[in-house]
Amino acid sequence: MPANTMSQPSKTQSGQTERSIRLQTETRTGIAPAADAQKIIEILDLKYFYGNVRALHGISMDVKKNEVVAMIGPSGCGKSTLLKSINRIAEVSTDVHTEGKILLGGENVYDPAMDITELRRRIGMVFQKPNPFPKSIYENIAYGLKIIGGFAKKQVDEIVERSLKQAAIWDEVKDRLDKNALGLSGGQQQRLCIARALATEPEVILMDEPCSALDPISTQKIENLIDELKPKYTIIIVTHNMQQAARVSDRTAFMMLGKLVEFDATSKIFTKPADKLTEDYITGRFG
Amino acid sequence: MAEAIIESMPLSRQVRTNPAAKNADAAARVAITAVAVFALAIIFLILIFIFKEAKDVFFDAKKRDQVLPTLFMMPANENQAVWTPISKNPKYSLMPMLLGTLKTTLVAMFIAIPISVLAAIYTACFAPRWVREIVKPAIELLAGFPSVVLGFFALIAIAGFMQRLTGADYRLNAIVGGIAVSLTAIPIIFTIAEDALSAVPKAMQEASYGLGATEWETAFYIVLPAAYPGIFAGILLGLGRAFGETLIVLLAAGNALIVSWDFLVPTKTLTATIGAEMGEVVYGDTHYNVLFLIGVFLFVFSVIINSIAEFYVKGRLMKKFSGAA
Ligand SMILES: Nc1ncnc2c1ncn2[C@@H]1O[C@H](COP(=O)(O)OP(=O)(O)OP(=O)(O)O)[C@@H](O)[C@H]1O
Ligand SMILES: [Mg+2]
Repeated sequence: MPANTMSQPSKTQSGQTERSIRLQTETRTGIAPAADAQKIIEILDLKYFYGNVRALHGISMDVKKNEVVAMIGPSGCGKSTLLKSINRIAEVSTDVHTEGKILLGGENVYDPAMDITELRRRIGMVFQKPNPFPKSIYENIAYGLKIIGGFAKKQVDEIVERSLKQAAIWDEVKDRLDKNALGLSGGQQQRLCIARALATEPEVILMDEPCSALDPISTQKIENLIDELKPKYTIIIVTHNMQQAARVSDRTAFMMLGKLVEFDATSKIFTKPADKLTEDYITGRFG
Repeated sequence: MAEAIIESMPLSRQVRTNPAAKNADAAARVAITAVAVFALAIIFLILIFIFKEAKDVFFDAKKRDQVLPTLFMMPANENQAVWTPISKNPKYSLMPMLLGTLKTTLVAMFIAIPISVLAAIYTACFAPRWVREIVKPAIELLAGFPSVVLGFFALIAIAGFMQRLTGADYRLNAIVGGIAVSLTAIPIIFTIAEDALSAVPKAMQEASYGLGATEWETAFYIVLPAAYPGIFAGILLGLGRAFGETLIVLLAAGNALIVSWDFLVPTKTLTATIGAEMGEVVYGDTHYNVLFLIGVFLFVFSVIINSIAEFYVKGRLMKKFSGAA
């Protein structure tokens, strides 16, 4: 088959051929074909390097729209790295390079033509440690809107209120929106950070151990929150807490040493995992 | 037998066999306290000394009548000198040198603040790490330059350049002096501002990038406001350095006690006046006392600036990063 035909994917081809052709197409910013429509994220043979050290050894997985995917695995296996590779946040402070692709709605996020700021707006992130800005609660939420620009004060007010309500923290802060966000408790700060991520209506929300610094009640609130967000958002959550993964997620990915060992429905992973390593891990035999 | 006992006890319960180590802690504490007290005592003694040498201006009736009426006197016309401490009819007006200090300091800060703050923002927020590793020590090295070298450089190089640029009648003036003085303030402001900017937690910057902000937006909306108290402190300390600078202005500002807002006429500052005249003054004379009075001014002013820098920054930074609502 001549090369120029290869680079012109045709709608009549099967999904399988379609994808293999897309892998070879360097720049492609069109809309995803119908077969992939509900796959909002597709990770294709992703290798990730910190300097010369390889942290991810070729990961392939996909995330469907309005799905909650949990990522579990022993410390250092690359969960955070995988998460950060999706919105390309690691590269602001570290020397990294990647091979492979991550498609967000069909667009390769590692395409040189990709607008990274645009990408990061489409993918919200909640970090392991709450990291509010040393600004007022209101300004924290409004910051993302300020970055987009062009909102009237009234619209901003509405979005701030809506986001704080979505993140189940409105009642606790509505009387002190002008107070410094650092005065909130850790659990409140984390919900504020979730609200901050929700304000700009991202398509996907990445959460890196969002509850690891929180008490059980705050954790409970955030888990409930994830359930409530599910109809509108797609969520990928890294957690060390098996119960949490089992409670909140539809599918669970188990990683080890930079590889994806098993990725399947959460109920299946936690009841009859296909891989011996997964079984050993979830039953606490190592990790 | 002893060995058996030692073996039977956990290591944490065993008696130290090195009593010196036990006492070293206490000794170090005493030594450090002593040094701190000594340093404070010296500062306090200097303060007492300056005040003592200046006090006759207020407490000796004859000197008081001589000095106080002329202390803030303005010249009646362009040619009247208001600082004539060794004439028959002495005048002791500080106006020309206050104005001189004000002018050179203004020029110095006008140059130093934008340069050093922008350089700090660049190195802390935009420069690749290797650039930062070169630029920071290089600028800090400037702080160690002997001011006589900077003064000489200003006298020879900056003065000629500025005269060609401005067409001023006098080679040496407040602008030339101020430019040279800015070279002493820049490294101070830069270092402190850069530290303050670099101290802003990375996590906050990640949060900003994560929301789709650019490097510029992150630097100006997040990092700069968070570092503002530290930058302000750096500016205050730079200010203290600028107005306390003596040798450079002595060499490069022209040394004329003229009451004028013209920045292009020769200028003498408070510090330069002390520097130039202290060597030849008659010990215990009124002139001598007034020079020390100038010293008191300088001392008080620098204490005020430094305290504001210290307390303002401590207070604000604590609040910012520890989270008092
Ligand atoms: N900034 C970095 N520079 C160099 N190596 C890194 C960096 N960040 C992570 N790594 C390495 O990449 C590997 C994966 O790290 P990652 O943080 O993704 O693990 P993780 O699964 O999130 O672990 P944890 O559960 O402890 O958070 C580790 O071996 C780690 O040492
Ligand atoms: Mg991690």
